Amino acid sequence: MEYALEQEQLKNIERVLREDLIALGVHSVLLIDIAGNIIAELDNGETNHDVYSLAALAAGNFGAVSAMAEIIGEGEFSLLFHRGEKENIHFSKLMKDFLLVTIFGHETSLGFLRLKAAESIGKIEEIMQS
Amino acid sequence: MAVINLKKKELQAKIVYYGPGRGGKTTNLEYIHENFRDRIKSDMIAIKTHGDRTLFFDFLPFDVGKIKGYDIKVQLYTVPGQVKYNTTRKLVLKGVDGIVFVADSMKVQREKNLVSLRNLQQNLAEDKKSIFKIPLVLQYNKRDLARQGIPLLPFETLEKSLNRQLKVPSFEASALAGENVVPTLKKIISMTVASLAKELK
Repeated sequence: MEYALEQEQLKNIERVLREDLIALGVHSVLLIDIAGNIIAELDNGETNHDVYSLAALAAGNFGAVSAMAEIIGEGEFSLLFHRGEKENIHFSKLMKDFLLVTIFGHETSLGFLRLKAAESIGKIEEIMQS
Repeated sequence: MAVINLKKKELQAKIVYYGPGRGGKTTNLEYIHENFRDRIKSDMIAIKTHGDRTLFFDFLPFDVGKIKGYDIKVQLYTVPGQVKYNTTRKLVLKGVDGIVFVADSMKVQREKNLVSLRNLQQNLAEDKKSIFKIPLVLQYNKRDLARQGIPLLPFETLEKSLNRQLKVPSFEASALAGENVVPTLKKIISMTVASLAKELK
């Protein structure tokens, strides 16, 4: 797993995250790789999460869930979502080695978020491959 | 694999503490956390069983400071040492940039060190990495037990059985007392950063 992103690409990725997800009302969004490194992180200015720990745990969690999927004969679970009282976390896979982690409250509907996350993923994949 | 962010002038590197179960990997991180509180803003994350054994990993992010204008962020991980948790070990090893192998100096653990080192070599190979090329430091832990009369393997024996082919830097340490914990960490950080700098060129 090796990759390089130009400054321009990073800038564009951040723009997509801001315009598609933060503007939608998402509290914070992280683009990480499956080793737990942060590539991009944005928030709405009101949250203050420990994003490095979050990234490490999200990558570990994703790895663990994938291993569970394999054991029961699934390639991968399509919906990875944790529901909380105030905050929810949604994970989506991006290409082979990346994860998009979104943290959002109940004012944002899960369906709409999934739709928007899928859209941004399409755009980010395009940027990364450009 | 390290992340180098040119925009933020930041470099993130992943260092994993590897070794047999109950060897002192978590204790190393706990000592570092305790003694560098001013540099470590977040809490140490430990996913462990009720028996206090690492189940998945421990995680400690660590700001090293600036090198050539880049903010160096090192992420320290431990793996579960128990043989049966190899799947999680492989997960944690993904994208590793540097490794500290924590060996148990107790005489009775000699075989376990070898099994764990071989396991490391194999897991790295599966990820197309070579144990001979990746930055690696050996730490012979639990030297303090000698004072309690517990039979330990002499330094030379440990060197011969673990480091004969690797020929990497090694330290005698006591994670519990903090002896040589920081020198081990400094060594692996400098080796990792040097190797990343070489790759950048």
